[in-house]
Amino acid sequence: MTAGGLRLKPTNIADPEYFHKVVDCQYACPAHTPVPEYIRLIAAERYTEAYMVNWESNVFPGVLGRTCDRPCEPACRRGRVEEEPVAICRLKRVAADNKDDITEFLPASGKKNGKKVALVGAGPASLAVARDLAPLGYDLHVYDENAKGGGFMRSQIPSFRLPEAVLDQEVEYITDNKNIATFYSTRIDSLKALLAKDYDAVFIGSGAPKGRDLPDLPGRKEGADNIHIGIDWLGSVAFEHISSVGKKVIVLGGGNTAMDCCRTARRIGGSEVKVIVRSPFADMKASPWEKDDAASEDIPIIDNHVPLEFVIEEGKLVGMRFDRVRAEYDAKGRRKLISTDEEPAFYPCDEVLVAIGQENAFPWIERDIDIEFDKWELPELDTVTYQSSNPKVFFGGDAAFGPENIITAVAQAHQAAISIDLFCQGEKLTKRPGPGVTLVSQKMGIHEWSYDSSVVSDVRYQVPHADKTAALGDRKLEVELGFSKDTGFEEAQRCLNCDVQTVFVEALCIECDACVDICPTECISFVDNAKEPELRDSLRMPAKNLDQDLYVSDKLPTGRIMAKDEDVCLHCGLCAERCPTSAWDMQTFLYQVTKASQI
Amino acid sequence: MSYIRPEFRHPASKTNTSGFTRKDYEGALSTLCAGCGHDSVSNAIIDSCFELGVWPHRVAKISGIGCSSKTPTYFLGKSHGFNSVHGRMPSVATGANMANGEMAYIGVSGDSDTASIGLGQFAHVARRNLNMVYIVENNGCYGLTKGQDSATTDVGSSSKKGDPNPYEAVDLCSMALQLGATFVARSFSGDKEQLVPLIKAAITHNGFAFIDVISPCVTFNNTPASSKGFEFVREHREATGKMDFVPVRSEITTNYEPGFVKEITLHYGSVIHLYKDDKLDCTDRNSALRAIQEHDEKGRILTGLLYVDPDSRDFHKVQQTVKQPLRDLNEEDLCPGARSLNAINASLR
Ligand SMILES: Cc1cc2nc3c(=O)[nH]c(=O)nc-3n(C[C@H](O)[C@H](O)[C@H](O)COP(=O)(O)OP(=O)(O)OC[C@H]3O[C@@H](n4cnc5c(N)ncnc54)[C@H](O)[C@@H]3O)c2cc1C
Ligand SMILES: Cc1ncc(C[n+]2csc(CCOP(=O)(O)OP(=O)(O)O)c2C)c(N)n1
Ligand code: SF4
Ligand code: SF4
Ligand code: SF4
Ligand SMILES: [Mg+2]
Repeated sequence: MTAGGLRLKPTNIADPEYFHKVVDCQYACPAHTPVPEYIRLIAAERYTEAYMVNWESNVFPGVLGRTCDRPCEPACRRGRVEEEPVAICRLKRVAADNKDDITEFLPASGKKNGKKVALVGAGPASLAVARDLAPLGYDLHVYDENAKGGGFMRSQIPSFRLPEAVLDQEVEYITDNKNIATFYSTRIDSLKALLAKDYDAVFIGSGAPKGRDLPDLPGRKEGADNIHIGIDWLGSVAFEHISSVGKKVIVLGGGNTAMDCCRTARRIGGSEVKVIVRSPFADMKASPWEKDDAASEDIPIIDNHVPLEFVIEEGKLVGMRFDRVRAEYDAKGRRKLISTDEEPAFYPCDEVLVAIGQENAFPWIERDIDIEFDKWELPELDTVTYQSSNPKVFFGGDAAFGPENIITAVAQAHQAAISIDLFCQGEKLTKRPGPGVTLVSQKMGIHEWSYDSSVVSDVRYQVPHADKTAALGDRKLEVELGFSKDTGFEEAQRCLNCDVQTVFVEALCIECDACVDICPTECISFVDNAKEPELRDSLRMPAKNLDQDLYVSDKLPTGRIMAKDEDVCLHCGLCAERCPTSAWDMQTFLYQVTKASQI
Repeated sequence: MSYIRPEFRHPASKTNTSGFTRKDYEGALSTLCAGCGHDSVSNAIIDSCFELGVWPHRVAKISGIGCSSKTPTYFLGKSHGFNSVHGRMPSVATGANMANGEMAYIGVSGDSDTASIGLGQFAHVARRNLNMVYIVENNGCYGLTKGQDSATTDVGSSSKKGDPNPYEAVDLCSMALQLGATFVARSFSGDKEQLVPLIKAAITHNGFAFIDVISPCVTFNNTPASSKGFEFVREHREATGKMDFVPVRSEITTNYEPGFVKEITLHYGSVIHLYKDDKLDCTDRNSALRAIQEHDEKGRILTGLLYVDPDSRDFHKVQQTVKQPLRDLNEEDLCPGARSLNAINASLR
């Protein structure tokens, strides 16, 4: 698309990025998982294939089908034509839950290529790098201080959200590869020493392991025995160093870690657990569904409370005092918390969990080995290649640009793996492979397509939950039960198949208006070309969503152009069915991010 | 596979003055050939009724036989309808209108339905100035029976499999003018910008409103040698001038667009604004007839509003019949009894 000042040039659909953007979910997914492709496979009860489409892209479908931050869902087109998006994440789990044994589809360990790579940390980032490089014959050494692989997926995400067996299986799919050697319970204390070994490259996927504290808050030292850093505490619970907590628990913080802390506390003895957060409820970082889950486990969230002190009596923590505040926003939307000058609020408690954020920490990386750090103590990296200023050293996952999530770690890992491969083969790191793209017509007959073109009106299906009393009594009992196969099918039918693209060939168009007339959401217009803002306004339905592109043709015989607003196209195929000359066709577009190796 | 239309509509779809969305004016999914001009006319009717805010339950659609006559199924699915016999739409419309003059009547017909088998009925409904919209979806062929030449096929025009037509064509607009129609227009299915305001004005007009819509049959008569194909019509079409329809409710601004020539106030207070209609005087029957003739001689098709009589008196008025729906009259009024009959008879002796 050209900039504002000019008339629009015909859309170049040969550029894979054009149609890629139309597939909203896939475009929003950091790893660009071909979502509609696997959703169709689920609808066809081809779970194993659906799983493998995921595995190729996001490496941990069973884990992500339960825990993904799901940036795809707010992006999903369905959410623009009705209330709720497709339950993409839950469908991924349907594929994982119902797959057959997939071991025969796992890539073989490639013939050794003589190169050795060390990977620090066995979180999703390192594991994904290892998976991508193993088929190429790299000798991969994965180091992690913990006794098992998985990183934060194991130590932080509680079992009631992610059963251990699911994680074990997906870690093993990777580590069973003969080219991967794991060195667990092995902490790397010096990168310098590691670099001194004969590794051709080092990948650092050590995460962001440092939880923020409130070191200066009065009472912090005196109450230390009963005040814990959230992520450390969760790790201790996961590794069973901690098995109980006091009855009254205050969790400080409003992010997902706070939600995991409070729900874990509810399961190991906390009968009165509260979340107390500085910000207004609406500004909390936690995902809406995590807040809902906490609420349904009787955990009140008290907002607009800024911690003043830990109250200690007779050397023991008895509660906390908070300043009550209200939020004010300036013209730029920046928030200020202003004290209401009321009496500080006191909440009694036996224990406090501090879940107010996480940071990177690299105490084991010497500062004299050519790795530059910025003022936030983050490594200076190339944002495309993930290479550090020491060309041998690559970063990915939370270690790269600070704490994110699993899917981001995986997406970065794919790119880092490509870089490591190029580097080890002596190629330029900028010589990166483009995406794999196919575009295939779905036409079978006048009213027949090889995809299910009808658009169902069903509203989003809800997942069943385990019995509450049972769940609160067992830290390891999974709360969400996942869709049944039948519900999975119904939910899959809600997907609009946004990857089945409306492809327009202007040479065939006779401007009969049939597509304009049939389109249920009035996406198509034949108008005079103009500058983009005017053009957007001149359409049958003004195209107000600027995040969505216009698909425009070249000049037609009447001098007008075809302009389609992609925003709320239902991919129903009616335009193509009603077109007498097949100027419109429905074509399935598959976009695959190229990985270091063909999976 | 689909003969199923998705339920979703554009989230920014508006609601009209009567509280309806455009979806409330849709009908069943069309079964006509893909690309048929008639589907565009159906959509123009939907747009017009939506924009005017007519109440769907106060509209009756009447048609004859033909692809065109099938179309009332595809619009205004919540309105009344009667799909009658070939060429007989006018008599059914007349009966219905006589029984209930408070409804809007939209008649849809084809060129064969009107100019061949229905020519007699057409002539009389025009003469009577029945208050209705009469749309002919004119494709110059018998679409439904596989594309034979019709009475509006131009001399020399040939359809997909046919020879050039040897017979002189019936020009329905000229006929309507000669027969006393009080609103006459011609348009093209491929130009909704022109067609929609015409249909809106026709619905608002009090009397017989005739629109001849050239509506290509993509399957049988969209050949380069046909004078009713998309290409030919686009190349040979001329418009009387842009026309705006301004409904009663909206505020009439005094800032007319450049080229403004004339304002015609219709029966219920709605207004037609005309721009740049050079020689044609839309309120003069002869001027309209002449303009059609002159364009025809030059091989041009004149489209747009051709004639309107804003003071039109419809059939009810002329006949002095009750416009009040018969169903609302009580038994006494409907059947005044032997005494009244005797009185009438006596007055005639
Ligand atoms: C409480 C909590 C809940 C979360 N829930 C979710 C969720 O539901 N969904 C989601 O997508 N994300 C979630 N996240 C974020 C997610 O876990 C991380 O973004 C992700 O795991 C990062 O992956 P990584 O591979 O970069 O690092 P990590 O998963 O952190 O793995 C790094 C590993 O390296 C090890 N390590 C570090 N330094 C060394 C060393 N020097 N030597 C040896 N080993 C070392 C660490 O012990 C760890 O095992 C959550 C995070 C927290 C804290
Ligand atoms: C009394 C009678 N005679 C003949 C027919 C056969 N017939 C059906 S449709 C049709 C012609 C329709 O042509 P037109 O009115 O132009 O409509 P189109 O299909 O072209 O839209 C004819 C002759 C009939 N149905 N009934
Ligand atoms: S409707 Fe389906 S393909 Fe479209 S964005 Fe949502 S999940 Fe993706
Ligand atoms: S596929 Fe075609 S008809 Fe269907 S919503 Fe999209 S543009 Fe409209
Ligand atoms: S035969 Fe012709 S008139 Fe009939 S539906 Fe097909 S294109 Fe339209
Ligand atoms: Mg016809």
